[in-house]
Amino acid sequence: MQLILEKRAERSRTVALASPLIAIGLTIVTMTILFMVLGKNPISALYVYFIVPLADGYSLQEIAVKATPLVMIAIGLSLCYLANAWNIGAEGQFLMGAVAGSWIAVKTQGTGAGHWVLPAMLLLGALAGALYALIPAICKVRFGASEILTSLMLVYVADLLLDYLVRGPWRDPQGFNFPTTAEFDPVATVPTLIEGGRLHLGSILALIVVAAGAVLLGKTIKGFEIRVVGAAPRAARFGGFNANQLILLTFAISGALSGLAGIIEVAGPVGHLQPGISPGYGFTAIIVAFLGRLNPIGILIAGLFLALTFIGGEQAQITMKIPLDVTKVFQGILLFYVLACDSLILYRFRIVSSSPQVARGAH
Amino acid sequence: MRDTTSAAPHTSATPLLQTVGLTKRYGSFLANDKIDLDVWPQQIHALLGENGAGKSTLVKAIYGLVQPSEGELRWEGQTMVLSGPSQARARGIGMVFQHFSLFDNLTVAENVALGLDGKESFKEMSARLEQVSRSYGLPLDPKREVWQLSVGERQRIEIVRALMQNPKFLILDEPTAVLTPQEADQLFVVLERLKSEGRAILYISHKLEEVKRLCDTATILRGGKKVSTCNPKAETAASLARMMVGTEIKEVKPAASREITVPRLVINDLNLDPDDAHGVHLKGISLELRGGEILGIAGVAGNGQDELFAALSGERLARDPGTIVIEGIAAGHLSISRRRKLGAAFVPEERLGHGTAPRMRLSENALLTGHAAGNMVQHGFVNTAATLNAVDRATETFDVRKAKRDPEAASLSGGNLQKFIVGREILRNPAVLVVSQPTWGVDAGAAAVIRQALLDLAAAGAAVLVTSQDLDELIEISDRIAVMFHGRLSASLPTASASREKLGLLMGGSSLETKEQAHAADT
Ligand SMILES: Nc1ncnc2c1ncn2[C@@H]1O[C@H](COP(=O)(O)OP(=O)(O)OP(=O)(O)O)[C@@H](O)[C@H]1O
Ligand SMILES: [Mg+2]
Repeated sequence: MQLILEKRAERSRTVALASPLIAIGLTIVTMTILFMVLGKNPISALYVYFIVPLADGYSLQEIAVKATPLVMIAIGLSLCYLANAWNIGAEGQFLMGAVAGSWIAVKTQGTGAGHWVLPAMLLLGALAGALYALIPAICKVRFGASEILTSLMLVYVADLLLDYLVRGPWRDPQGFNFPTTAEFDPVATVPTLIEGGRLHLGSILALIVVAAGAVLLGKTIKGFEIRVVGAAPRAARFGGFNANQLILLTFAISGALSGLAGIIEVAGPVGHLQPGISPGYGFTAIIVAFLGRLNPIGILIAGLFLALTFIGGEQAQITMKIPLDVTKVFQGILLFYVLACDSLILYRFRIVSSSPQVARGAH
Repeated sequence: MRDTTSAAPHTSATPLLQTVGLTKRYGSFLANDKIDLDVWPQQIHALLGENGAGKSTLVKAIYGLVQPSEGELRWEGQTMVLSGPSQARARGIGMVFQHFSLFDNLTVAENVALGLDGKESFKEMSARLEQVSRSYGLPLDPKREVWQLSVGERQRIEIVRALMQNPKFLILDEPTAVLTPQEADQLFVVLERLKSEGRAILYISHKLEEVKRLCDTATILRGGKKVSTCNPKAETAASLARMMVGTEIKEVKPAASREITVPRLVINDLNLDPDDAHGVHLKGISLELRGGEILGIAGVAGNGQDELFAALSGERLARDPGTIVIEGIAAGHLSISRRRKLGAAFVPEERLGHGTAPRMRLSENALLTGHAAGNMVQHGFVNTAATLNAVDRATETFDVRKAKRDPEAASLSGGNLQKFIVGREILRNPAVLVVSQPTWGVDAGAAAVIRQALLDLAAAGAAVLVTSQDLDELIEISDRIAVMFHGRLSASLPTASASREKLGLLMGGSSLETKEQAHAADT
């Protein structure tokens, strides 16, 4: 007996739609087993993970707040992935955006600067993210360096730079030596949407990004270009599209969105620059992009779902003493199943009885 | 319906393979409609029909790639249900596809290994590959990477891969569409030998003369239904075509008077290094093509035709702008989009993956080459109505048969996709059309339509450059014919004085300098 993967004659549309759902189902089954191994009641654990956060307004807002960076980053990543450009370093671009935007906040601190500060921070954050993303893209185009490795390695560079700044030059003098900048001025802060609530303007921006992504991919020639270059490179060249230019473009857009998400996170929910501003948004967004089938609307839904797992994870830690790392495990397993289920769209499993011996020699 | 039994008596009591009432539906579209087919051992059985008649669908069902909606398959008299090709292969059914299923950046041996079910080691397999390919006179170098090979050689891989499974029943879906006459002759020798070894062959082709020469029986499909089984040797090509189409095929008529106007495409001493080690070096190619003219380029595949196409289309740029002049403008350095804006249009040889993005809709594939010029894009936004309109016009003018208005390119039958691609370019009314293998895999009726369209385009004032393996086609439509050999282009001969013998000599390189030939032979 042998299990083999066999190419399907026709691409299955049902599986294409169902694949993310199957992946979520399989992940939940695996998690159930994991909870049992950890000695927790799986039913109540799943309840705490997926239902409790939906039950009160505060958690719902928190889900939207967490989904905001995930969705923003994932839209950019989906453009890269559709064009066959593998940006794995969104986390680094996110941090770079946060650092660059914060620079304005730190420099204008207490100077009474006007309302130009926040827009300038957002612009600079996006610009820094784009430039940072262009490093691996240019290395790829000019020297053929694997963008997967270079973009990933640059994450750690950004991480250390942020660490250095908040421990050194930008440290809050009144901060009891904690590695953090001072709390940003109100003009350097993203306004909330509800008085006293957590939901902020960034979520609206994320929705605009989703809409823009949908229009770009569905209605414009650039979006078409991105899709053809990834789907059929030779045909794309015949169509007059330049794959290298698209690598630069999609990396730049993706970096800009990651950087924007970074500065919004710092100037919004966090309020100051410090290490650990991201629980791995840039990596989780990779899962969001694939779970959303690289489709903007799908990404919006997937972003909300993964945000739910962050909140659920916190709840489970508080109420059931389940380690927070279980959330990371959950996300990892989910990505694994998403990719596995995606191959089922083009392939299917078959069991063959141990291979019928093919005759030797054709004569 | 008529049924003349085939000439040779059958050697066994039951057919090797039968389809009984075999039906395949795609949505509400019937690709195969209750087809009964008997194939006997030691028989070369032709499957004929227009583009989209359902030939590939039927053989894919026999090979387990397509699940029949109704009806059954019988193997040696027993009902057979196949849930995939590996089960078909286990029974001794082999198939060579119309479109290749090879991985470009793997070697020949790796590709063969991927398609085999056996458990032998890679080394044993490579050795057997060399031995099988040599013994059938289909030489292959197991270590070459596929992207470096010509279409004919790629086809050879598929055939050898099928032969290595020692099949009792071999399906060949348009194997000669891409072969040179010499390569086709070689293939026929192999097929005759397989037949004498007692195997059965199901053979799909649009080339009726070769069917008459090779096949013992022919089954003809039309619109998904079987219309007849006959002995092709007792028919004429015209009568076979009539059964396929249901009516007479129109003759291709050149316009009475064609005005030869200004030079629209000029190549001045084009020299181009190959992209890769196994490519062909283009050497000193010059030609002038005027409006109203059709120039045919003959030659054995792999003599630089692909490289010339890439240089003309702008997929590869020339160093000196002046080497390629389109509509009086130096274009050697211009991108393919800029050349399209100058009025040029291109039809490459490979339709899936080069001419079209297989998994995209026809409207998107219309956009692929239509975005540079015309009204398909406004302010960066795609005008979907215009792209759909382009699909509809190509569908109507070239009778593209498909299951719905705007399907994915890959779901079209091979010939219908070819009609779409040629139609897409011709309907842009180009001033210069460069086309490679215009009727590759297209049925006789549709081939006539395409050739007529090329003639009409020239009559309307365009310059047309046709590269083809099919000498008859070139002789039928070209005003002049030039021959490519080892990256050089011969001076063109007026078609009237270009006999097949003369062209054959040129294709062998005989009238080129012997010094060059000796040099080229060892590269
Ligand atoms: N996966 C599919 N989905 C929808 N329609 C399909 C699919 N595959 C084939 N068809 C339709 O079925 C019909 C028969 O196709 P098939 O490929 O069998 O034709 P064919 O006889 O091999 O033609 P050709 O000579 O052009 O290769 C075509 O009209 C095609 O559009
Ligand atoms: Mg076919």
